[in-house]
Amino acid sequence: MGGSHSPQRTAAPPRLLAVGLLLVCLAACSRPEALGESAAVDTGPALGDTLVQASIGDISGLIPNITSDSASHEVGGLIYEGLIRTDKDLRIVGELAERWDVSADEMTLTFHLRKGVKWHDGDEVTARDVDFTYRYMVDPKTPTAYGEPFRQIRKAEIVDPHTYRVTYDKPYAPALLSWGTTILPSHILEPAWKAGVDLRTTRQNRYPVGSGPYLFREWRTGEKVVVEANPDYWEGRPYINRVVYRIIPDQATIFLELKSKNIDMTGLTPIQYRRQTDFPAFQKAFNKYQYLSNGYAYLGFNLRDPRFQDKRVRQAFAYAIDKQEIVDGVLLGLGRPAVGPYKPGTWWFKETVKTYPFDPDRAKALLAEVGWKDTDGDGILDREGKPLRFTLRTNQGNQVRQQTAEIIQRRLKAIGVDMQIHIVEWAAFINTFIKKKDFEAILLGWGLGLDPDQFDVWHSSKTGPDELNHISYKNARVDELLEAGRRTFDEAKRKAIYGEFQDIMAEEQPVVFLYVPDALPVVSARVHGIEPAPAGISYNFTKWYVPKELQRYTR
Amino acid sequence: MLAYLVRRVLVSIPLLLGILCISFVMLKLAPGEPTVIQQDLQAQATGAQRETLRQLYGLDKPIHVQFLNWVSRVVRLDFGRSYMPDGRRVLDKIAERIPITLGLNVLELLVIFSTAVPLGILSASRQHSAFDRATTIFVFVGFATPDFWFALLVMILFGVQLGWLPISGLRSLNFEYLTFWAQVWDFISHLILPVLVATFGGLAYLSRIMRGSLLEVVRQDYMRTARAKGLPEQVVLFKHGVRNALIPVVTLLGLMVPGLLGGSVIIETVFAIPGMGQLFIQSAYSRDEPVLMALVVIGASLSLLGNILADVSYALVDPRIRVSGRGVAE
Repeated sequence: MGGSHSPQRTAAPPRLLAVGLLLVCLAACSRPEALGESAAVDTGPALGDTLVQASIGDISGLIPNITSDSASHEVGGLIYEGLIRTDKDLRIVGELAERWDVSADEMTLTFHLRKGVKWHDGDEVTARDVDFTYRYMVDPKTPTAYGEPFRQIRKAEIVDPHTYRVTYDKPYAPALLSWGTTILPSHILEPAWKAGVDLRTTRQNRYPVGSGPYLFREWRTGEKVVVEANPDYWEGRPYINRVVYRIIPDQATIFLELKSKNIDMTGLTPIQYRRQTDFPAFQKAFNKYQYLSNGYAYLGFNLRDPRFQDKRVRQAFAYAIDKQEIVDGVLLGLGRPAVGPYKPGTWWFKETVKTYPFDPDRAKALLAEVGWKDTDGDGILDREGKPLRFTLRTNQGNQVRQQTAEIIQRRLKAIGVDMQIHIVEWAAFINTFIKKKDFEAILLGWGLGLDPDQFDVWHSSKTGPDELNHISYKNARVDELLEAGRRTFDEAKRKAIYGEFQDIMAEEQPVVFLYVPDALPVVSARVHGIEPAPAGISYNFTKWYVPKELQRYTR
Repeated sequence: MLAYLVRRVLVSIPLLLGILCISFVMLKLAPGEPTVIQQDLQAQATGAQRETLRQLYGLDKPIHVQFLNWVSRVVRLDFGRSYMPDGRRVLDKIAERIPITLGLNVLELLVIFSTAVPLGILSASRQHSAFDRATTIFVFVGFATPDFWFALLVMILFGVQLGWLPISGLRSLNFEYLTFWAQVWDFISHLILPVLVATFGGLAYLSRIMRGSLLEVVRQDYMRTARAKGLPEQVVLFKHGVRNALIPVVTLLGLMVPGLLGGSVIIETVFAIPGMGQLFIQSAYSRDEPVLMALVVIGASLSLLGNILADVSYALVDPRIRVSGRGVAE
């Protein structure tokens, strides 16, 4: 019929539409993981249905400003909002703030709040709430780990109910992002806070009132947390009616529940992604996604140890370790070798830095330059009678890290370095070894923020026992760059500054950068509207929907 | 009998204090502080902030001061607040979980007792029969099977493959919308697998004890007397045999309480049941000392209570203990 010349002119538009739909379908079907019932019966966005997620730990509270576990932040993110948020390309966009101005000297930020946004109890969100949140964050009694950016503020003022202005001591580039912090309702919390009550003990921490796309419904300790679509959300009611976080403390149980379709969304391990979900029934019922996660793993050295102070030793290790082998063997190819302390794909990431392809001969030559040679013929390099032998410590319960450690051990042995592995439980690992700087080498990972500022990790002033430069890295030029990088908002300037920083990191190898693992979420195929982007998949959660025919939970 | 009970309880008090003292010291000896977990490698947490937290929790004081402070509060039943960001009262946190764990444990004890006793009697009365051999094999398998592994097997079989029973949790997500009887069935169906797994080991153990005990009793003189009197075999076995054989079984049942409580840690984690066992392991990993110590107090008290109940029931079923109760029963 499509080939015949229809006399009716009205036939043309539907046919065009049909072609359009076909293209959409082809585009969707060409993604191998997206095969299944879903593509065929999409009748467009519809309200309704429940999305069940699994969380390995219970949430710890519903005032996200003072929690640090990811589950609490995830639930809190649906209930509350910040002044700003990041979009699919990790660019800063307004949330409660409609727009903002940065003063010419880059020290003052003026936020213009969206008008008519309501708290879930009906009160309007105003600059008073922002001001209360600011004062709460800088209160020394507040048990928060996120207060530092707010302490840089010299002056904060409510200009009018919808305008809030903060002035910093110096230009502070991460400032804007820090305003993504949860804005708290002052009409609910301020009286208690003024009376000296610990806000963790308030009703708000169990039964929160927020301003976000979902209303809090229920939190049954250790069992589940339920939120429901906010019909009055300023950006439009979210399609998915209800989100349930089921708390299941065992990874194997989560996976079994997923296979029985009792859970609609969770994260997979590389082996689950590659092998255990590789059968037609699963592929029909779920869509798997894969994108770079915000973090990298590294092999760090205690730079107070004279043996590791010469960069040629660290470069030798970088040459001796085959990072692709770790990605292929441990992550089953789900990740990529890291070349520096940033995630590939961000605007500040520099592609063209020095890399260290696998080259054991080069590694041996570099070590020989420094004086490490096998003089006694026992297969282990030595210098001044001492063999090159050290212990690598890493935390328990992370199988990927343990396997990585074993691969490194074998590769270093091949160049004559004797590395022992010691695996310690997390709290003990941090307290006994990291804080006291009592380690030779460590295998750890860093989570990455949405700003290139890494002052706390690499600056020479941050080597104290409770600070994050545990490896005691000191480099005057790096210090200068890190200081300069946070003092300007100009993207081009910052890109140049952090570019040079990455060159130095690559040359010096203060740590051997190992790999950036992939995030591997899996979502029920009945959920539509997911568009993977540099930010992952959850950024447009309120636009996800289940077509009417595919809805599973009617109530 | 009352004097015996009172003395038994009084003896338990120093025992409990000893347990608490040792637990407290061991907890303090373990490396890692709650403040470390709360702010583990947060890029923005400063040393000063951590010190604020340490003072807030009194962790900057010497250990004996911390212990005395803690004991003096516990005596007043004040277990303080959790170190977790929820900052809730420890008693509230435990109170909402204790019925689940206690309920499960009582249910498990009932199942163990009501299954192990007939099983033991049957295998003892048919010693060396095929049934006896089959139960022997069952018992060895029961002993040798790790809980968490067995749990996964039954979850895969009944939950994933057959789809007869729910895999984890205590209630279905649509629980509120079910009719009353549907709710009852929903709840029971969620309990079947965890109770099965939790009782497997204890069942094997106790049925073996029952069998051994009965086999021993059967050889006693009074049994021969009973038979010689011309009593029917059923009466001989149940009235004279089983009643006497039950004595050690009843005692052991009380002593199984600590084991079941310990088992709750695994069962509740694998089956996602929000009980005390789950809370225990979470508190241990996060060094939530107030919760952890409160759970130790409760666990130790329950175990001691189990011991006392075992002794008392022993006294009840065994007239010899009752008669000589004045001083020599210990």
